[in-house]
Amino acid sequence: MATPLPLLQFDGVICRFGTVTAVAGVDCSIAPGSFVALVGASGSGKSTLLKTVNTLVEPTTGRVLFAGEDVSTLKPARLRRRVGYVFQGVGLFPHFPVGENIAIGPRLAGEKLAPERIAELLELVELDPAFAKRMPDALSGGQRQRVGVARALAGEPELLIMDEPFGALDPVTRSGLGNKVRELHDRLGLTTVMVTHDMAEALLLADRVLVMDRGALVADETPRALLGGAGGAVAQSLVAVPREQAERLAALEGLGESRS
Amino acid sequence: MGDIWDILPGLGDKLAAHVVLSASAIGLAMLIALPMAVWASRSRAVSRITLGLASLVQTVPALALLALFFPLLLSLRSVFGDGLPTLGFLPALMALTLYALLPILRNAVTAQANLDPGVLEAADGVGMTKWQKLVLVEAPLSAPFIMAGIRTASVWTIGLATLGTTIGQPSLGDPIFAGLQTQNWALVLAGCAASAGLALAADNLLWVIEIGLAKRSRTMTLGGAAVVALGILAALWAQSTGSDERRIVIASKQFSEQYILAQLIGARLEAAGYAVEYRDGLGSAVVHSAVASSAIDISVDYTGTIWTNYLKRTDNPGREVMYETIREWETRDNGVKVLGRLGFENAYAFAMRSDRAAELGVTSLADLVAAAPKLTVGGDPEFFERPEWIAVRDSYDLNFARSRNFAPTFMYNALQSGEADVISAYTSDGRIAADKLVVLTDPKGALPSYDALLMLSPRIAGDAGVVAALEPLIGAISVAAMREANLAVDREDAAKLTPKAAAAGLARKVGL
Repeated sequence: MATPLPLLQFDGVICRFGTVTAVAGVDCSIAPGSFVALVGASGSGKSTLLKTVNTLVEPTTGRVLFAGEDVSTLKPARLRRRVGYVFQGVGLFPHFPVGENIAIGPRLAGEKLAPERIAELLELVELDPAFAKRMPDALSGGQRQRVGVARALAGEPELLIMDEPFGALDPVTRSGLGNKVRELHDRLGLTTVMVTHDMAEALLLADRVLVMDRGALVADETPRALLGGAGGAVAQSLVAVPREQAERLAALEGLGESRS
Repeated sequence: MGDIWDILPGLGDKLAAHVVLSASAIGLAMLIALPMAVWASRSRAVSRITLGLASLVQTVPALALLALFFPLLLSLRSVFGDGLPTLGFLPALMALTLYALLPILRNAVTAQANLDPGVLEAADGVGMTKWQKLVLVEAPLSAPFIMAGIRTASVWTIGLATLGTTIGQPSLGDPIFAGLQTQNWALVLAGCAASAGLALAADNLLWVIEIGLAKRSRTMTLGGAAVVALGILAALWAQSTGSDERRIVIASKQFSEQYILAQLIGARLEAAGYAVEYRDGLGSAVVHSAVASSAIDISVDYTGTIWTNYLKRTDNPGREVMYETIREWETRDNGVKVLGRLGFENAYAFAMRSDRAAELGVTSLADLVAAAPKLTVGGDPEFFERPEWIAVRDSYDLNFARSRNFAPTFMYNALQSGEADVISAYTSDGRIAADKLVVLTDPKGALPSYDALLMLSPRIAGDAGVVAALEPLIGAISVAAMREANLAVDREDAAKLTPKAAAAGLARKVGL
């Protein structure tokens, strides 16, 4: 069986801002249909690397290929319509109702999104279609991020990139929305790259975890392999946190059982 | 002050001119400031330079800024030709536009700087081009703040537009300046009330638009904008009607005599069937050039003023030679027709209380030489810097104990109270007669003459009808008659007259 052509390929990507090197040479390719988590501590360069995909950041040297084409040769506006983008700031346009926020990508492409399609997208992220008429400031944080996801999906993108998408949400909302996104990924056959600093989230949602440290990729493993001890010291120090939490929770539970 | 209600309805055309001027200045300032703000938001250096320049403009006093455009436009005539207006609407518009830039620019730049970075990232992230981002995101989100800047600019501009009067642009400043000069407080109040009312109305309307933009209420935004547009259209309409044929424009400088003579000239022209328009309260410096450029058609100027200020002469060849020289120069160099001398002088002269003069035995400047070292001389604030004073001082070798500056009104009070023994009076001033002052003769002819001249612009110099209507004024007005009319306007008691009534009285008195 031949390996499928990568949808996304980083080719010697280096990003420098003045004297600071945020991304120090990344080579990596991502196959269509995969759900990749990009994990690292703050300042490891993961967000910068992600933003080279939709050219919000331009690499100092190196190339990013999207479906075989160098993204720097594509018109930014056209590229970004093919790449759904969800980020921690959500960035709903406060002067547009929810429905218009969702429809903005197609609208920029000169296409009017039908109300039924907007309703469908809202239902996809488990929101009442009546939300279409509401203004963003009338929504809770979790609801806003759901709208953010719906907006990213409205243009039927080939690739979904997410930068700390659930970072500002409470744990319950965060877990629910994470699962929802994974479910959508499977149902819609998306390719997804998600940046997160939370290894537990990465392990639970992704089928491939990339670990970044000081601008370099230091591990590229499946969640199972990481839990099995692969990936090296940095990756293992990140995995240690949720593992230890899980063990302590299990111990607490065991203690409770023995008492009863 | 019941008469303020009689004055207000008559201010319609001034109000219309005021609205058109202010709206044009704000509109132009927006056209300049908004693109500049967009540029400034993309570059820190541009932001610093544009805001710095706009702030610098604010430090120039408004009156000076308005006046500075006159020589500037005059020098630009070498590029754009003589058709370029140097007075009136154009310089007023330019000065007010410069003033309006700062609040609009500053609010727009601040609004852009304070936009939510998440929203801006989203705009890029969803694939907006720079233009789409500006139109769909940055502009609508900045709009309420920009509108607040426009509101500030509007209130400033409407207030400052009253100063347009001094450079010949009709505005609500006309009644204010006329009233201040003739101490007609009802006129001042009417002008201030109308301009303040206009500013408040504009502020409130723009506030409705601002709230509409902030609350994203189309009804409020468009409703407010519609009322503003209607107001401007009504002012434009009011201006366009009635000015279909060019009227004869009569200037007056900022003192009572000028207001009275303008009314006298106007009444005669109206009686002869001409439509006239008064441009009252002009800065003294601009009147001469305004007539030469036909921006104004008729003015009353004085030989001594033209002699020293425009011919730059310091000698005194005598009254007749001065008059003939000026008359020739005006025709040859400016195309201005000096129709003739009205018959009186408004010269600088030295005046004393009659009892004091008798006591010292003084009737002429020559008599004063011996007494001067014990006396105090009073003058208006510029007098002791003027060539007239220097000429008198040097030719008589006058050596006063002290010299003091007084505002013209207080100069006469100082004479009465003994704080000054001699003052520099104006010979046609009504207070010379009212206070029974003695005007000292000038045997050496050190003071130039200040014959009042009737000046006609090149545009109407050849109009036989105008000349026929005004010719009877030549040589008709004695200094005594002029003093009486001036006093009638300057006095504070019940006998106080408006310049128009005083002009009618003057006409009767001299048998016209």
